[in-house]
Amino acid sequence: MFAANFEYHRAGSVAEARQLLAAHPGAKLLAGGHSLIPLLKLRLAAPEAVIDIGRIGELRGISNGGGALRIGALTTHAEIASSDAVKSGAAALAEAAGLIGDPAVRNRGTIGGNVAHADPASDLPTVLIALDATFTVNSPDGERSVSAADFFQGMMATALGEHDILTAVNVPAGGGGSAYVKFSHPASRYAVVGAAASLTVAGGTCTSASVAVGGATAVPARCASVEAALAGQALSADVIAAAAAAAGGDLGDDLLGDVFASGDYRRAVTPVYVQRALAAAAERAG
Amino acid sequence: MTVPVRITVNGRPVERDVEPRLLLVHFIRVFAEQTGTKIGCDTSQCGACTVLIDGVSAKSCTTLAVQADGSSVTTIEGLSDGEQLHPLQESFWNKHGLQCGFCTPGMILASHELLRTNASPSEAEIRHGLEGNMCRCTGYQNIVRAVRDAAETMATAK
Repeated sequence: MFAANFEYHRAGSVAEARQLLAAHPGAKLLAGGHSLIPLLKLRLAAPEAVIDIGRIGELRGISNGGGALRIGALTTHAEIASSDAVKSGAAALAEAAGLIGDPAVRNRGTIGGNVAHADPASDLPTVLIALDATFTVNSPDGERSVSAADFFQGMMATALGEHDILTAVNVPAGGGGSAYVKFSHPASRYAVVGAAASLTVAGGTCTSASVAVGGATAVPARCASVEAALAGQALSADVIAAAAAAAGGDLGDDLLGDVFASGDYRRAVTPVYVQRALAAAAERAG
Repeated sequence: MTVPVRITVNGRPVERDVEPRLLLVHFIRVFAEQTGTKIGCDTSQCGACTVLIDGVSAKSCTTLAVQADGSSVTTIEGLSDGEQLHPLQESFWNKHGLQCGFCTPGMILASHELLRTNASPSEAEIRHGLEGNMCRCTGYQNIVRAVRDAAETMATAK
């Protein structure tokens, strides 16, 4: 398959990318290309210009400071999955990054490209919502920070404007335990349903719980009733199972369905994956 | 619009002015004339187009040639040292790790990536490491045996 023709510009810095975006209205940013290139090939996207930001060194890498991980937008899934800082500070994120696609995809796909694309079957948005991540956005008016809850606005839709560049994803690190578990589509490895859980435990009881489910809805859903059922409880297997059982009700009425899995099926299978994610997170939270 | 691109394919620099939409797999097959790399699903799922870019595995059907500008690409043709086959190539041959052979170039380069990151993988790790590569002939059993065999050969050679 061939994409429609487009102009190609390579940016050497964020400042240069900013100028190129201003000069080419409607241009698409290219990072690793593993979300954009399939869309170009299917001609679901046909921008006049593509701006390649893939070689901007300042956008790559993981740093740890002030209780949060700062992950540059061009950091690959392979780098995140193998990072000791991510594994110890935000286990669910390392786990999810290691479950994306396959090794060759993880070598080139980036966290920034992934979340900017906002595919509802993608893994990282679910985890980043559960972990209360924030997104650093470079815009013509300066830099701003957007919460995960505000960033993902719909199917393939985010808070990024036409002239915005996502530069980093910031994830609170440490504290409790987190986990991500998914039911993968057997060919694409996208999530049919994916569940992320983050728990903190003090004195044997759960002091905070954060749970999100992706793949089933246009935007990953926070599971408020599951979270409420866990708060203040000792995290026994029975308590976790009872809380997870309510997860299907947190997905709303508008479920995604396709030839592979109906909306009803996704709702029915959701508690199973929420339960598994909670059990793993509880073990890590200690 | 065309863009000048220089990619070293199996040690030989290849320079062309290409349309930005040109995929790396087409650059390799048409301009570098290395047709071992296959186009299978063309949607980054089957792995037939797997190559190494600067030593790291990538799916060349989901990479633009312009993205690989300045890089070194290794395909199945570049894995052997002249007539001396790479241990993975020897093992796929000896263990009958192929039937029709269409998936084999990608399968061997994905195996190369696996052994680069894990020199002594278990059977489960081999199956997990090759999950981005599909074979419709073998049922994978002999592919797994071939990778284990190659890992042992390479460990002994060190």
